[in-house]
Amino acid sequence: MNVVVIKYNAGNIQSVQIALERMGIIPVFTDDTDTILQADCVIFPGVGEARSAMHYLQSRSLDKVIPAIQRPFLGICLGMQLMCSHSQENDTQCLGIFQQQVLRFQPTELNEKIPQIGWNSIHTLTSPLFTGVTEGSYCYFVHSYRAELGESTSAVTDYCGKYSAALCRDNFYGVQFHPEKSAEVGEIILSNFISIAS
Amino acid sequence: MLTKRIIPCLDIKDGRTVKGTNFLELRDAGDPVELATVYALNGADELVFLDITATHERRKTLSDLVRRIAKSINIPFTVGGGITSVEDVRVLLDNGADKISVNSAAFKRPELISELASEFGSQCVVLAVDIKKNELNQYEVFLNGGRLPTGRECADWITEAVKRGAGEILLTSMDHDGVKNGFAVEITARISNMISVPVIASGGAGTPEHFAEVLQAGADAALAASIFHFKEVELPFLKQYLKEQKLPIR
Repeated sequence: MNVVVIKYNAGNIQSVQIALERMGIIPVFTDDTDTILQADCVIFPGVGEARSAMHYLQSRSLDKVIPAIQRPFLGICLGMQLMCSHSQENDTQCLGIFQQQVLRFQPTELNEKIPQIGWNSIHTLTSPLFTGVTEGSYCYFVHSYRAELGESTSAVTDYCGKYSAALCRDNFYGVQFHPEKSAEVGEIILSNFISIAS
Repeated sequence: MLTKRIIPCLDIKDGRTVKGTNFLELRDAGDPVELATVYALNGADELVFLDITATHERRKTLSDLVRRIAKSINIPFTVGGGITSVEDVRVLLDNGADKISVNSAAFKRPELISELASEFGSQCVVLAVDIKKNELNQYEVFLNGGRLPTGRECADWITEAVKRGAGEILLTSMDHDGVKNGFAVEITARISNMISVPVIASGGAGTPEHFAEVLQAGADAALAASIFHFKEVELPFLKQYLKEQKLPIR
């Protein structure tokens, strides 16, 4: 299995690599478009800022390559947000794979801190990524912006209101939480993704 | 619903877990990777590793340890101790740490927080603040593992740090640390209500009731060390108890 992790100027990409290694998969870590297009599946992780990430992708033509990928593709955290149409974070035009807008959390109560850091539950699970995952399972989130609900929503989480914890359209999957840090639940989700690609 | 986090903390010296009372009298508490693995399996929501090694080889020893931890556990972890630069942090994140914590170096040079936040994002910058009540009945910031008073009131320092980009505050009451009489509930609640980023309560955990008390008062997470290392309170039992107290717990 040829798993590619897209390398770009976002932080904490190593943890995805290490999680895959725990599953016995040694991913290729690259920003080379040919290598990415030849992969069995592609993972697009990252924690960081939307505008500078989009600039990096554009400078490598990855903004054209990514939406054209036919193989299973998984965006994680910032990766998922960049797959949406637009992010409020520095008013950034994104890849447009999903129609959603990405908006900043608006606290509705005093005790809702931004960023959301910690374990929150995922509901209304509707993609093959969640095979074997119980409704209401907990996943680990770290983020200040979130994707709206919409047609592609495949998991819902509530923090300052309901938003898309996961998105899915054709071969494209996105998760806002970090499966690589979400204990056993996260391992099931990552291994489901690998199975989809097998 | 976002849950309250329970965070075992491992103090590391020369690659071993150690635990002292009021920052002194260190006892050996086992292999950090073994302990971390058990905690992750038992439902810890996160782990914190604070390196207190003072030797020159520390950077290499610590990065090797961080790598081993990252390979062994599937939950987030923070690494702190002796971090003074963007380069120190890059090494730790590259080896698999999710967040880092800074303390004395950030107090002495607050720009460090701004630099780390802009380089790696606020979400991975935890500010550790050690506090002690002074004669004026104020909570004062102490440095160097509690040995050096700064004369600065903690709320003032924390407000500045959050403005500079600290993404989380790890607040340790040294009057409570290691004595197991409960967390510093009042100051933790006050800080938590004052700032827009999460607060981790630390110092003083002795019983499950202590956790309930500080989490109900407004802490976003609670950290403890020796009661977990020496199995005085077991994680599954603690989390079950907190659920029964109607706290949101994973």
